[in-house]
Amino acid sequence: MKKIIVLVMVMVLTTVIFTACAQEDKVVLNVYNWGDYIDEDIFEMFEEETGIEINYETYATNEEMYTKIKKGGTRYDLAIPSEYMIEKMIREEMLEKIDLSKIPNFKNIDEDFKNLSFDPDNTYSVPYFWGTVGIIYNTELIEEPINSWDVLWDEKYAGQFTMMDSQRDSIMVALKKLGYSMNTKNLDELEEAKQLLIEQKPMVLAYVGDNVKDMLISGEAAMAVVWSGEASAVIQEYDEFEYVLPVEGSNLWFDNIVIPKGAENIDAAHQFIDFLCRPDIGFLNADYVGYSTVNTETLKLIDPELMGTTYAYPLDEWIENYEIFNDPGDFILEYDRIWTEVKAN
Amino acid sequence: MLKRIASGPYLVWIVLFILIPILMIGFFSMVRTDAETGAYYLTATNFARVFEPVYIAVWTRSIKIALEATAICLLLGYPMAMILAKMNSRYRTIAVMLFVVPMWMNFLLRTYAWMTILGKNGILNKILMFFGLPQMTFLYSEGAVLLGMVYNFLPFMVLPIYTVLSKMDQSLIEAAEDLGGNKVNVFRKVIFPLSLPGVVSGTSMVFMPAVSTFVISNLLYGGQYMLIGNLIEQQFLVVNDWFFGSAISIILMILILVTMAVMNRLSGNNPEEGGVNLW
Repeated sequence: MKKIIVLVMVMVLTTVIFTACAQEDKVVLNVYNWGDYIDEDIFEMFEEETGIEINYETYATNEEMYTKIKKGGTRYDLAIPSEYMIEKMIREEMLEKIDLSKIPNFKNIDEDFKNLSFDPDNTYSVPYFWGTVGIIYNTELIEEPINSWDVLWDEKYAGQFTMMDSQRDSIMVALKKLGYSMNTKNLDELEEAKQLLIEQKPMVLAYVGDNVKDMLISGEAAMAVVWSGEASAVIQEYDEFEYVLPVEGSNLWFDNIVIPKGAENIDAAHQFIDFLCRPDIGFLNADYVGYSTVNTETLKLIDPELMGTTYAYPLDEWIENYEIFNDPGDFILEYDRIWTEVKAN
Repeated sequence: MLKRIASGPYLVWIVLFILIPILMIGFFSMVRTDAETGAYYLTATNFARVFEPVYIAVWTRSIKIALEATAICLLLGYPMAMILAKMNSRYRTIAVMLFVVPMWMNFLLRTYAWMTILGKNGILNKILMFFGLPQMTFLYSEGAVLLGMVYNFLPFMVLPIYTVLSKMDQSLIEAAEDLGGNKVNVFRKVIFPLSLPGVVSGTSMVFMPAVSTFVISNLLYGGQYMLIGNLIEQQFLVVNDWFFGSAISIILMILILVTMAVMNRLSGNNPEEGGVNLW
């Protein structure tokens, strides 16, 4: 009998201790972001200024983020999806409205990036970075100049390049090579793209996510399909790399900051968004991640040498025919199926 | 009375983290949601899709490589276990420790370590180049995945066999020798049959994680090589089709249960004597 009493007491005690620990006064902001997509030093600066602590988690694809927020029972206060995913999340009522009056630094955002079609009045999202998708290659290993997606189907380069382990981006490459829209809802076009990707698969070294930079730098891969900022980060450190914008067209993308429904610290989230829009913080982030800023004040601080480069601030005429992803609605199931079949083959 | 209370937390654990999830997977595998209303309806399409040719290829690939890994582990592990069992007890503890110590390190880290060994400019290629040999591709191949499986799961084969061998009644072996059995016959007719429970438990402990792994294939074959584990992971994390993912998981569970049943039958159904029969 004594033993039972002891056991019960121990259990009660542990419960009390655990619940007590959980109730702290400090506001903790749960930020969910792409890997390597913020200068983590700014978290400390933010905490010093506001007393709000940042709890930081990362994802590798829009789809991963979406699934976790949709199904995971998580409570993130902030996330940074791309345009087509924001469109989908707005449609599915997964986002909180953003009160722009609480974000004075919103005035710094370039008009070009405001009021885009996926979120017309910036009701749900504030621009963070923009960029393109292209090919980065090591000029020491690949001698001919490159300007087209065709090289990714060239036997010569078999086993030397990586594709993205991200379904819409990889299907986009095949669709663009075929001359179709990357937002196609035509099943025949999609099947053609699938055949092309299956044909390419034996030549692909690997389908990769965040580790692509390491693979390029270590010489494991000579060429890779990447987001422009990854190219920027590599090229600024290593002279032998070059980034090209394929002539067939590619993806022009925007990542915006959103507040998912279920967020518990909406005020703190607004404070952090405003903080991210501040010119100096924007510069620290742009400098660290290598992507192109949406902030006019930050742009003034950026090294002028980056203007007119393919990877950072390309000229308008280079990306004229570039497309922006939109949310295909339920047709996404077909994209899911195509990608599953490509990977399973 | 105390026993019953003490088992309480474990029961709660089982219900919360084993029973309920399995029931949920079972439920999801048999339904889909209506696109319009979002309501669930019963359907067999999830299971039907599992048997489409594309996915059958994934199944055969997974089972084949898991069997290969298990066979290699057995071929390497059995002699190793015999050596261990026969060792002087002073060195034996150290040798067993050498098997166990790497397992203290995280499984992911150990697999990552192989990437730096096998890479194009990795340690192995550096050695080859030092001897003037041409650079070779080790990483991102089926061989790399197989190596990763054998490396990670070998201890699971060695340890159960070693336990059985070291507990074996030596007088039986002596008797066989006294009766004129040569080394081969003693092994074939006495030692090996007696060690079967260890072999069976080792085999299932290697086969099961090998057939369901997704990390090893992801890291060492760079997302090129889809095994059943990768397919399930993709359905849950990337394409968000929990229904199809659940159907595959159910089939995988059935496959594993059948394997277990077959293996148990093979071992002669006497778990008490075996001592290490985990299943």
